[in-house]
Amino acid sequence: MNIGIPKETLSGENRVAASPTSVSELLKLGFSVQVQKGAGTKASFTDQEFLDAEASLVTKKVCLQSDIIFKVNAPSLEEVEQMKDGAHLISFIAPAQSPELLEALRAKSITTFAMEMVPRMTRSQSMDALSSMANIAGYRAVIEATHHFGRFLTGQITAAGKMPPAKVMIIGAGVAGLAAIGTAGSLGAIVRAFDTRPEVKEQIESMGAEFLELDYEEPEDTGSGDGYAKEMSKAFIDAEMALFAEQAKDVDIIITTAMIPGRPAPKLITEAMVHSMKTGSIIVDLAAAGGGNCELTVAGKVANINGVKIIGYTDLVSRLPNQSSQLYSNNLVNLVKLVCPEKDGTITVDFDDQVVRNMTVVNADEITFPPPPIQVSAAPAKPVAAKVEAVVEKEEPTSQTKKHIFMGIGALLFAWVASVAPADFLSHFTVFVLSCVIGYNVVWNVSHSLHTPLMSVTNAISGIIIVGAILQIGQDNVVVQILAGIAVLIATINIVGGFVVTKRMLKMFRR
Amino acid sequence: MEFSQGLISAAYIVAALLFIFSLSGLSKQETAETGNWYGIIGMSIALIATIADPRVDNVLVIFVAMSVGAFIGLHLAKKVEMTQMPELVAILHSFVGLAAVLVGFNSYFEMDHSLTANLTDTQQMATNIHLVEVFLGVFIGAVTFTGSIVAFAKLRGIISSSALMLPHRHKLNLVAGVVTFILMISFVQSDGSVSALYFMTLIALVFGWHLVASIGGADMPVVVSMLNSYSGWAAAAAGFMLNNDLLIVTGALVGSSGAILSYIMCKAMNRSFISVIAGGFGTDVVIDNDTDYGDHVEVQAEAVADILCGAKSVIITPGYGMAVAQAQYPVYEMTRALKEKGIDVRFAIHPVAGRLPGHMNVLLAEAKVPYDIVLGMDEINDDFPETDVVLVIGANDTVNPAAAEDPTSPIAGMPVLEVWNAKQVIVFKRSMSTGYAGVQNPLFFKDNTQMLFGDAKETVSDILKGL
Repeated sequence: MNIGIPKETLSGENRVAASPTSVSELLKLGFSVQVQKGAGTKASFTDQEFLDAEASLVTKKVCLQSDIIFKVNAPSLEEVEQMKDGAHLISFIAPAQSPELLEALRAKSITTFAMEMVPRMTRSQSMDALSSMANIAGYRAVIEATHHFGRFLTGQITAAGKMPPAKVMIIGAGVAGLAAIGTAGSLGAIVRAFDTRPEVKEQIESMGAEFLELDYEEPEDTGSGDGYAKEMSKAFIDAEMALFAEQAKDVDIIITTAMIPGRPAPKLITEAMVHSMKTGSIIVDLAAAGGGNCELTVAGKVANINGVKIIGYTDLVSRLPNQSSQLYSNNLVNLVKLVCPEKDGTITVDFDDQVVRNMTVVNADEITFPPPPIQVSAAPAKPVAAKVEAVVEKEEPTSQTKKHIFMGIGALLFAWVASVAPADFLSHFTVFVLSCVIGYNVVWNVSHSLHTPLMSVTNAISGIIIVGAILQIGQDNVVVQILAGIAVLIATINIVGGFVVTKRMLKMFRR
Repeated sequence: MEFSQGLISAAYIVAALLFIFSLSGLSKQETAETGNWYGIIGMSIALIATIADPRVDNVLVIFVAMSVGAFIGLHLAKKVEMTQMPELVAILHSFVGLAAVLVGFNSYFEMDHSLTANLTDTQQMATNIHLVEVFLGVFIGAVTFTGSIVAFAKLRGIISSSALMLPHRHKLNLVAGVVTFILMISFVQSDGSVSALYFMTLIALVFGWHLVASIGGADMPVVVSMLNSYSGWAAAAAGFMLNNDLLIVTGALVGSSGAILSYIMCKAMNRSFISVIAGGFGTDVVIDNDTDYGDHVEVQAEAVADILCGAKSVIITPGYGMAVAQAQYPVYEMTRALKEKGIDVRFAIHPVAGRLPGHMNVLLAEAKVPYDIVLGMDEINDDFPETDVVLVIGANDTVNPAAAEDPTSPIAGMPVLEVWNAKQVIVFKRSMSTGYAGVQNPLFFKDNTQMLFGDAKETVSDILKGL
């Protein structure tokens, strides 16, 4: 099968989906490669270099008629129109955001692998173009920030005076964030980083940055299990925003990288925070293409708000076109190795392979997006604890309703008794209920070491029943007198024994 | 000397307040002794006020009865060993139960049964309520009485402490409850028939006996505090019968405090109150002896002494076995010897260790272990990972890792002392037999555990010599 490398048509895109190196790799796998003329020019790959790698140079039309098309950006609908029925396409697709494209591909039975759908598994790391591109974006973000920032990043003490180091805050410690941390750190800045996933703290610290912690703990773990961060609760976001507002006043450069797959980027830097920053400060918004993490971001532009520059470039990766093309084309080669195990120049789509299944968004004439979820479990799982919690949570509501039912029955019963009983009884009953409540409150906080003395004292006190016996002893009935006498005797044993033994025990307790 | 009714009421209120202060005083170590004194003063005031009541005759009989009772009580309290505290508390509960039964009968006999023929509606209602009060009072009293006697006998070792398993025991209990209820209705309907009262008393006595007999030895802390609670309710019921607020207040205080203690104990065992009362724990368990836990490692007392000398921090976890062996004194001697070497020694107490709530604390206090190094499970459980050596003396189920690690274990979910997180664990035990719950303890087979077999008192003394 032949592989076609068309020139990217998206404006500002400098990358290309193949490099001379990747071409020779593909040839080794049994494919032939045809490159559109001038496809690699912007990435500093000349047509001659591709020819030297034994690719053929063709026109756009011929190129799009190839059996397999490699692209960086999703093809336009016209490009899909020009493609061959039953062809294969490997590219970034954004399948969740572009249903029409998927439909167009399906109509032409073009089996499509979406590069953003590479699952985050150890095995598929070599194909993970999001990571390889994010690494570049993170580096470039710091470079762009430095370019617009009119000061040193590193601190210097010179004969002419002292210059403090710049403070950089990085939000989101994914691949881009970590690359940015490394770059900013190596330029000498003081780097702080924040991420919603506490498990990345170690990674952040290993890169030499300070991990900014919230005084709020999210009840569950925050990784979504697929290796990306997920959306957080309201309380967490409030705590997070407070942290950012405080940091904004202090730091010189903010680099935001917060993206949640398939959703608009969360707004983390408010207008007020921007205004609170020092003049000359920089914000680099890596999420600009997804709507931006900063409220004032203009996608593709640098916005100047009262001296604070907000860099909203969406083509940071494209600004290092040669190396990003190399890395991306290597990702593609690795993918081809996976779907062409026989090295015979044909592609087989094996849905039993999780990586292939996940990436395939169109399989012949069927849309296979979204794929079934797979758990790659970036965070250590806590199965036992989770199980226990689940059980507890289940029980609580039922016991609550039970409680309410019992309370209701109790109230009805009491109402009935109250309606028929004499006032005398009710007053006693009131005393009884109030005493129960007092007893409950008094005893609840007893220190565990005093349980035994408490029992012996309550035991002595319950000898108060002697009062009843004493009141009865004066009756004329001889039987009553005898019984009451016995009752007085044994109740006294109780009272005296209980108090004395308690006293004995308490004497023993010492500090 | 006779007091007016107003003065008596006032005295009762003061006594009730003093009882409340007494209980709240006992919630903290520092105020506990004052709390006890409040109780004594409250009781004295109540007694003086009652005896001075103009309705009370036969003061001489009262004094004689009280003197004899006081003598016996004093004697019991002075002579009791701290290891026997659970028995003493149990037998004292039975006295309250018996007294409640007697007071209930008296209250019934006192009623003027000739007048019941022509009453107004209100009077009829009052009589009915009174009859219900008598009936319930006697019932609770009788259950407390026999229940406490059985608990006493079990703790004393007179009867086997294992759970009595009658066939259909739950049904028997249910039948007893239903029959009692029917009897109560007929008792009230017939305006107090003696036979119903007697029959019910009999049932209640048997019921109380069966209730406690079917509960096993390890659940004794719950049983004792439950009986404590019952004795309180019995006193409260007597208060209703006699229209006496002091009895009601005191009974309710004791009743609710006992109930809370029972609840705390149940929570510590991760079991519902009902399942404890229904009894039979540790018998429905399929004991899995086939699992290969590996081998345990034995160690000698001299070696333990060496290990202790090399440690910086030591936690001692005592259980009922320490009480049985009376090892608390040598344990304290050992603690002191280690402290003199600058080793940090603390005690970890599981809430249900022993046979009475707080039993271990009392034993250690008796041996003069300062109470501030004796810590509860919640206070110390996080410290085990930083601890060099843990000495488990006569505890088994309360330190069983299966409760935390094995969801199929019968004790799964019970909070336990996580001793296995320490660097080294020495288990003092008589043999390799299982604990009360009949569950094998994987702790004994852990790599960092060593077993020291023998009577705890002797082995601890041997270690002491080696130090």
